Amino acid sequence: MSKQLALVIDLNVCVGCHACVTSCKEWNTSGWAGPLPDTNPYGAQPSGVFFNRVQTFECGTFPRTETIHFPKSCLHCVDAPCVPVCPTGASYKREEDGIVLVDYDKCIGCKYCSWSCPYGAREFDEIQGVMKKCTLCIDRIYDTSLPPERRKPACVLACPAGARLFGDVNDTESEASRAIIDNAGYQLMPEWGTNPANHYLPRRKIKMTLHKDELVRADNPLKVEGELPKPHFNAPSIDEMSSW
Amino acid sequence: MQPAFSVLFLTTLIGVGQGMLVALVAGQWYYVIGSGEAWESDAFYAKGAAIALVFLAAGLLASFFHLANPQRAWRTATRWRTSWLSREVVVLPAVMGLAVIWAGVHWFEVKPVLLTFSNEKSLDLTMAVGFLAAGASIVLYVVTAMIYACVRFIREWASGWTVTNFMLMGLASGFTAAAAYAALSGSRLTDFLVAGAIGLTALAGVARAAHLWRNLHLAPPSTLRAAIGVRFEPIRQITPGFGGPSFNTTEFSVHGGAGSIRGLTWDFFLLAFLLPVLLLAAGGLSGEGPFTVFAFVLQLLGLIVERWVFFAQGRHVQNLYYQAQG
Amino acid sequence: MRDPVTSRDADFGPTEVKTTTCYMCACRCGIRVHIRGGEVRYIEGNPDHPLNQGVICAKGASGIMKQYSPARLTKPLKRKEGCERGINAFEAIGWDEAFSLLSERLGHIRSTNPSKLALFTGRDQMQALTGLFAKQFGTPNYAAHGGFCSVNMAAGLIYTFGGSFWEFGGPDLDRAKMFLMIGTAEDHHSNPMKIALAKFKRSGGRFIAVNPVRSGYAAIADEWVPIRPGTDGALLLALIHEIIELGLFDRDFLVRYTNAAELVNIDAASNEHGLFVRDPDVPVRPDTFDTPDKMWLDRLTGKPVLARSSGCDGRLMGESVLENGTPVKPAFQLLKERVADYTPEWAEQITGIPAATIRRLAHEMGVTARDQRIELPIAWTDAWGEEHDKVTGNPVAFHAMRGLAAHSNGFQTIRALGILMTILGTIDCPGGFRHRTPFPRPIPPCPKPPKGPHAIRPDTPLEGSPLGWPAEPDELAVDAEGNPLRLDKGFSWEHPLSVHGLMHNVITNAWRGDPYPIDTLFLFMSNMAWNSTMNTVEVRKMLTDKNEDGEYKIPFIVVADAFQSETVAFADLVLPDTTYLERHDVMSILDRPISEFDGPVDAVRVPVMPPLGECKPFQDVLIELGTRLKLPAFVAKDGRRKYRDYPDFITNFETEPGSGIGFLAGWRGKSGEKFMVGEPNPTQWDMYARNNNHYHYELPRSYQYMRNWNKGYLEWARRHRLVRYTDPITIHLYSEVLQKFRLAAEGKWSGKQPPDHLRERVGTFFDPLPFYHVPLEWAAVDTRRYPLAAITQRPMAMYHSWDSQNAWLRQIHTANVLYVSPLVGTASGFGDGDWVWVESQWGRVRCQARFSEAVEPGTVWTWNAIGKAAGAWGLSPDADEAKRGFLLNHLISEELPGAQAGTSVSNSDPVTGQAAWFDLRVRVVPCGPDEPAETSPQFAPLPAVPGQTGFTGRMRAFFAGKRP
Ligand SMILES: Nc1nc2c(c(=O)[nH]1)N[C@H]1C(S)=C(S)[C@@H](COP(=O)(O)OP(=O)(O)OC[C@H]3O[C@@H](n4cnc5c(=O)[nH]c(N)nc54)[C@H](O)[C@@H]3O)O[C@H]1N2
Ligand SMILES: Nc1nc2c(c(=O)[nH]1)N[C@H]1C(S)=C(S)[C@@H](COP(=O)(O)OP(=O)(O)OC[C@H]3O[C@@H](n4cnc5c(=O)[nH]c(N)nc54)[C@H](O)[C@@H]3O)O[C@H]1N2
Ligand code: SF4
Ligand code: SF4
Ligand code: SF4
Ligand code: SF4
Ligand code: SF4
Ligand SMILES: [Mo]
Repeated sequence: MSKQLALVIDLNVCVGCHACVTSCKEWNTSGWAGPLPDTNPYGAQPSGVFFNRVQTFECGTFPRTETIHFPKSCLHCVDAPCVPVCPTGASYKREEDGIVLVDYDKCIGCKYCSWSCPYGAREFDEIQGVMKKCTLCIDRIYDTSLPPERRKPACVLACPAGARLFGDVNDTESEASRAIIDNAGYQLMPEWGTNPANHYLPRRKIKMTLHKDELVRADNPLKVEGELPKPHFNAPSIDEMSSW
Repeated sequence: MQPAFSVLFLTTLIGVGQGMLVALVAGQWYYVIGSGEAWESDAFYAKGAAIALVFLAAGLLASFFHLANPQRAWRTATRWRTSWLSREVVVLPAVMGLAVIWAGVHWFEVKPVLLTFSNEKSLDLTMAVGFLAAGASIVLYVVTAMIYACVRFIREWASGWTVTNFMLMGLASGFTAAAAYAALSGSRLTDFLVAGAIGLTALAGVARAAHLWRNLHLAPPSTLRAAIGVRFEPIRQITPGFGGPSFNTTEFSVHGGAGSIRGLTWDFFLLAFLLPVLLLAAGGLSGEGPFTVFAFVLQLLGLIVERWVFFAQGRHVQNLYYQAQG
Repeated sequence: MRDPVTSRDADFGPTEVKTTTCYMCACRCGIRVHIRGGEVRYIEGNPDHPLNQGVICAKGASGIMKQYSPARLTKPLKRKEGCERGINAFEAIGWDEAFSLLSERLGHIRSTNPSKLALFTGRDQMQALTGLFAKQFGTPNYAAHGGFCSVNMAAGLIYTFGGSFWEFGGPDLDRAKMFLMIGTAEDHHSNPMKIALAKFKRSGGRFIAVNPVRSGYAAIADEWVPIRPGTDGALLLALIHEIIELGLFDRDFLVRYTNAAELVNIDAASNEHGLFVRDPDVPVRPDTFDTPDKMWLDRLTGKPVLARSSGCDGRLMGESVLENGTPVKPAFQLLKERVADYTPEWAEQITGIPAATIRRLAHEMGVTARDQRIELPIAWTDAWGEEHDKVTGNPVAFHAMRGLAAHSNGFQTIRALGILMTILGTIDCPGGFRHRTPFPRPIPPCPKPPKGPHAIRPDTPLEGSPLGWPAEPDELAVDAEGNPLRLDKGFSWEHPLSVHGLMHNVITNAWRGDPYPIDTLFLFMSNMAWNSTMNTVEVRKMLTDKNEDGEYKIPFIVVADAFQSETVAFADLVLPDTTYLERHDVMSILDRPISEFDGPVDAVRVPVMPPLGECKPFQDVLIELGTRLKLPAFVAKDGRRKYRDYPDFITNFETEPGSGIGFLAGWRGKSGEKFMVGEPNPTQWDMYARNNNHYHYELPRSYQYMRNWNKGYLEWARRHRLVRYTDPITIHLYSEVLQKFRLAAEGKWSGKQPPDHLRERVGTFFDPLPFYHVPLEWAAVDTRRYPLAAITQRPMAMYHSWDSQNAWLRQIHTANVLYVSPLVGTASGFGDGDWVWVESQWGRVRCQARFSEAVEPGTVWTWNAIGKAAGAWGLSPDADEAKRGFLLNHLISEELPGAQAGTSVSNSDPVTGQAAWFDLRVRVVPCGPDEPAETSPQFAPLPAVPGQTGFTGRMRAFFAGKRP
């Protein structure tokens, strides 16, 4: 299989800190994909172009509630529905590594691709009049002027919880693939046949099983203190009834 | 979805233009196969085609307002293999070109006979070009409608009904326009066109109602469960990750929402179908041209409203991710 | 198209990378700032920094938008003649004028009554310098944010085991197996905590979150234990009960390292009641902290013996009578009796946590601590000379913060937590709690507050330090009548152990002139007219209130800030500070450094951008002021200037001439060959800069654990002047310090005694063993009328009030809503998203309610400090922060009805003066149909100030450098 770069996001450790959100904005606004403009930056109803958002969901009812922090950027779908619909060819999927990109010099800003993305991953830049989206930090990951260990997406480097893995999901030996295999990683809305390259790792719970007899131990300090109630010498024993 | 006015105008106006072409060609054909009364001059067709062209051009113009970078619009023709939007960009000029040729051959009366029928009438070049133009118009309906019908993620649109309706409503409005034109110019084709307009408008109304009915009973396309991949229900979004608006909330939802949609649905049924049928009938019976003109104006207005509702009713799967306000 | 693969970022223009230390929050991560064309292109975590190891947070990554904020101040400002305070009517002045104005005013105060200067600083990180300035000036009226922040956490644990969470120590998640996080949303160790927590979870640790709300960290907990706010004391005491009941405590640890086995005088009639009995024949050094004259009940003979006599083993339980007839019990026995009635069933009623859950948690902790013990092959010697061939650790780790601290019962609750950690044997051991240098400190630490009016004299530095750690009643800062010396009444009988002051009462007290009026209120980096004050509406009025003579009740207000905050509007003089990218700073061992568990780390910040406009680092301002006022620390004997500027000061300052101790510990000595102690090194800054702006000394492995009792460590610490003594720092399971205050309240103390109206209060709350009491506010409120607890918490992507000016961060938290359980909505008749009134006994606010299942149904909450006053922070007056955002602070009173009719006391913990933010009780009622969809109260929009950067335009498209 050819190379498919992607992110693997571990919901088990994501604390919803938004580091990936702003570090993405920060890297990309002054770089290849930038600027990412903000509208009403200091007024009512501010909004702006972000390639990555962290959403929050609640599941269940009190007290059995789970709070899920859910980061979402373009999933770089293998069968990306946003690509063929683009009338100009501005949206394309790179053969070399599966990254879905927009060529800003070709895009006419018709927004049609965004209608064909079920994940709501594209955002429109009103100033340049072009559609934008996560580039998988293509301008970092191949930049040979960066030290090799920093050739990773900005969001991945930022994430304090290490909840974002980056790698080739078609290479079963990559860290990203191993994480998917080992932790039942899954895709979003597989029913649409988009085959997203980004995967999510589910919550995993650690429980503790205790047996009653583990609570008391021979060297129990209460015993050392002489506080464990000892049965009285005269208390009934089996001697009264045994007959061997 | 947030209806873009440029797209409302584009789809309704070119629908009229295409429909008018089809109506006029049908009129010409009607003469060829008919009893021989409904003859019209070449100038009539040429002027009619010109009017249709005006609608097509106005639609095209409107579409440019939809593009943020119209200077690159030429690029949109390049992906016709995969993109219905690109195909529209190819077919629309083709229709317009054929309309020009059709108008031209009429105006200059370039009409060598190509075939003679048993009823002594013949198929000449104007007729043949007319068929091509009408055919292309029909294709354009399909292509335009497919832009929306192929968006799987909007279940309200992803349906054969979208294609049927774009076609029927376009034809109906085109026939009404043609009828008005015919009535105003005292054409012998008026009755034919009025009858066609009434029939198509009624049919379009019924089909649109059927589409609405279908959309009332759509199963939700996906669930939050699938959207975030968590099985533990109920699931609610607490925040989409931002407190103000964003492209994903403005482009994919409408101001006013369900309330306006319901109200406007009644409005467009009245404006686009019921009133035009009545006015057309009145015009047909009384022979008064203004009735049909009025019918057309109302219908066009109604169809713009209809198109607004069509867009507004589209609920995109991505909205699963944008339910709460931050 | 530019090919993203072949075109490098550098093609947009050459980028320069400079390293410094982040200050988008107090965590202080190392950052690398990429600068292109004089603008900030990218800020990333510095991978070579021990604290954040290359990661960064949402705020840190948005530092660019702080640098280019529209709220920046660029000129010193003076309130316009004839204009009122509070309306931003300023004229720009030059620094010369600002300095002469200030030094004249302060000089006069200093030579008459230094107490009339009140210097209070908020979320700053330079208390060593500001504190030095105050002490040199001679005023006791100095404190930083600690009092309204988390002093309960500091005091509760430092008075128990000599260290604390917060910036003083933390959980060793590398090796822990079970982790309980109590009442923490984000805390100061933002990035390190996330790194550690994720690693902990990945390696299979069990994570339990005790919190009324499941957000942030609690979201990824294996188990969420929703608790009613203010009731953690009951939970912790029940856990202690169950652990003692089952014998799941670490007996060996308790006997060796704590005062659990030491005998307490239980003769209620005695003047020494509740103190440890002492063997008068054992000689005691006068300066020792841990006196060797206490007694044990020998387990083998059943007889009272000198504690730690060889061949003896102290009993934890039982009782005895000394030869002189004094009845005694081991401290642990008293604890056992204390918690006897604190059963899980009892706690269930109070906390809402099922008794079975409490039991299970106690069992899990106890068994994990006991059965999963870690042994590291590290030899060490304890303070009594015994050699150990291993370090052991009971791998149950805790972390707690303001969820415990910000209640008026927080001190005792935190004492209970300290004791729970102690009986599990998890202090400074692998997998448990670990200290960070310079902790542990002696219990209590050495600095003392001024002890009487004699300590404050004109033109003289203060005797004692403005803030300190009283060990007994005689060390309180009160006069002969027991009246407070400090404006905030810190270290008075109202709040004897208010070791961080009570900043939340400063404005009210100054306004009222109680205990005395002041002249100048000097605020640095603190938004006291808004989010760090309680009762905000009234406090804002106090700032503009006047005497009959038309003079302001608080005559002169100086605000040193970098941004147009709500507080700036109330200033008479505004001093524009630089941003963190434009100045030098130190994270000093004298303050709260960024030390790691394995040894001291201090750090610096160096400018990576030139100061904007006329901004001047506040550090330089202080040094200039100190010099002009001729404060001894800043001038030579002959009155000449000693330090050129702040960097020069940092290089050359020594605590005492020749002491070799300065602000920075690394690369001391003439050429940087020494550390901790050594002569000033002229190239010290460069050496820090070359080492990624920090100095990290890794202690030898054998000094890294058990530092309270680690002979090697204690001697090392003394050699390097971290401590004066090498006495062991024995854990105060039983607090004799507290008992001394109680004795004073009972009239059994020969020294200072509380005024009568406070005797009962002191006697009640200074309990040497932890106990549970309901928060004070609940007693002052009809809790049936106000049935809900209302709390705030910090969003991870916002730092207090700072970040609404930040174009990126404000999009994440544009406004705040009140999160409530749907049950509350059903009961009160409002729906999800409806506008509601939140009412407390003290006031009401209008806001939007949002239903959530992730909140304990008796609790409502909102994000802290999102709401803004219209027009502040460079935002347009209709910004969502002002129109839809709100502050809960309007509902919180800074005072409660007092111990005496007609008086009031601070709404604080009665021991420490910790602001009781989270004791608030409210009810929520739907708004009327005609009410506007807008938060209330609203304030008249503030205009911009002269020199403010500002931003107009509908769009901002930031691109550093020029676009090619
Ligand atoms: N309801 C409620 N209220 C609370 C809390 C709560 O939990 N609930 N928490 C409390 C706690 S723990 C704290 S610590 C306080 C914090 O409250 P404050 O100490 O008031 O902190 P900030 O809101 O951050 O405001 C500090 C000021 O510092 C300014 N500033 C920022 N950077 C710089 C700089 O580089 N130089 C200078 N000179 N100024 C700068 C900002 O502009 C701002 O005006 O809030 C308290 N208030
Ligand atoms: N991002 C960010 N980080 C910050 C700050 C910031 O403003 N933003 N501020 C810094 C400052 S000054 C401080 S003091 C620290 C504070 O750090 P935290 O202590 O984490 O501060 P809070 O957000 O006040 O968190 C209080 C938590 O306690 C819970 N809680 C409230 N009452 C109770 C209770 O009675 N029992 C229990 N068990 N839980 C309760 C709340 O739900 C909340 O989760 O954070 C620092 N770090
Ligand atoms: S940075 Fe990491 S932990 Fe924070 S929200 Fe993003 S994925 Fe989650
Ligand atoms: S997530 Fe959306 S934009 Fe990204 S590749 Fe898939 S369909 Fe296209
Ligand atoms: S907006 Fe741009 S990328 Fe998207 S479909 Fe249109 S031309 Fe293609
Ligand atoms: S990979 Fe790069 S562009 Fe994509 S979300 Fe992460 S930081 Fe943003
Ligand atoms: S945690 Fe604080 S110091 Fe660290 S990067 Fe974030 S804002 Fe900066
Ligand atoms: Mo704080």
